[in-house]
Amino acid sequence: MTNQMKLEFLSKSVNEGFARVAIAAFMSGMNPTLEEVADVKTAVSEAVTNAIIHGYPEEEGTIVMMAEIEDDLLQVTIVDEGKGMLNVGRAMEPLYTTRPDLERSGMGFAFMQAFMDTLTVQSGPGVGTRVHMTKKLNEVYHIKDGVDERLSCLD
Amino acid sequence: MNEEFQVVKSCLMIRMPREVDHHQARRIRETADRYIERREISHVIFDFGITEFMDSSGIGVIMGRYKKMEILGGKVLAIHVNGGLRRIFKISGLHKVIEVVEEDNHGGNDQ
Repeated sequence: MTNQMKLEFLSKSVNEGFARVAIAAFMSGMNPTLEEVADVKTAVSEAVTNAIIHGYPEEEGTIVMMAEIEDDLLQVTIVDEGKGMLNVGRAMEPLYTTRPDLERSGMGFAFMQAFMDTLTVQSGPGVGTRVHMTKKLNEVYHIKDGVDERLSCLD
Repeated sequence: MNEEFQVVKSCLMIRMPREVDHHQARRIRETADRYIERREISHVIFDFGITEFMDSSGIGVIMGRYKKMEILGGKVLAIHVNGGLRRIFKISGLHKVIEVVEEDNHGGNDQ
């Protein structure tokens, strides 16, 4: 199955939940496990939160979320045209945060990495940030002759 | 009185929302700190009984209260940590810092 979508929304914190629900609904056709949906929702939540807090710290801006399904592969891209970062490598270090005042844990990128298969971040000061993530679903289990192999594990 | 926040003896019980993200984090953090600053609180207990989603913003809220309570000589606990939340706690290392009590749904807490 192939499918594609593009969503545009304002950088309001209430839209973090909206983005999570949207990606969960979009990927539902892939027959994901509950765990896979939770993984993707967490990663999307982190990326969108970053765009809101760090991309547009002063004024509201636009965030674009794009997603693509190609068989078992899900690709998600989250783009903002906000402040951007000079040093992406540093931002990606676990526990590094520029906003301790907001009690950011500095684990956003670590979570994206942990819950997705690949993570690519492009950013430049004044240009914005683009986060691209991929995840292959149904890695372990396969539907065989119409029977979900997971079911046979229960015997 | 906000029933999400309850003080029993010197324990502050915080019933965490269904979704703990950056949008919710600020309100939880600010209300919790008001209680901690005004009352004599020895334990902060985060109850995740109805929580279905948490991202790293939740880690920030818990760690922030942990640091505060450490200075005051108090403790922070997380209870009813189930399902997907367990992984979030493990990946973040939070389970090494604070006491985490897992409980299944048969614990008789959902009446």
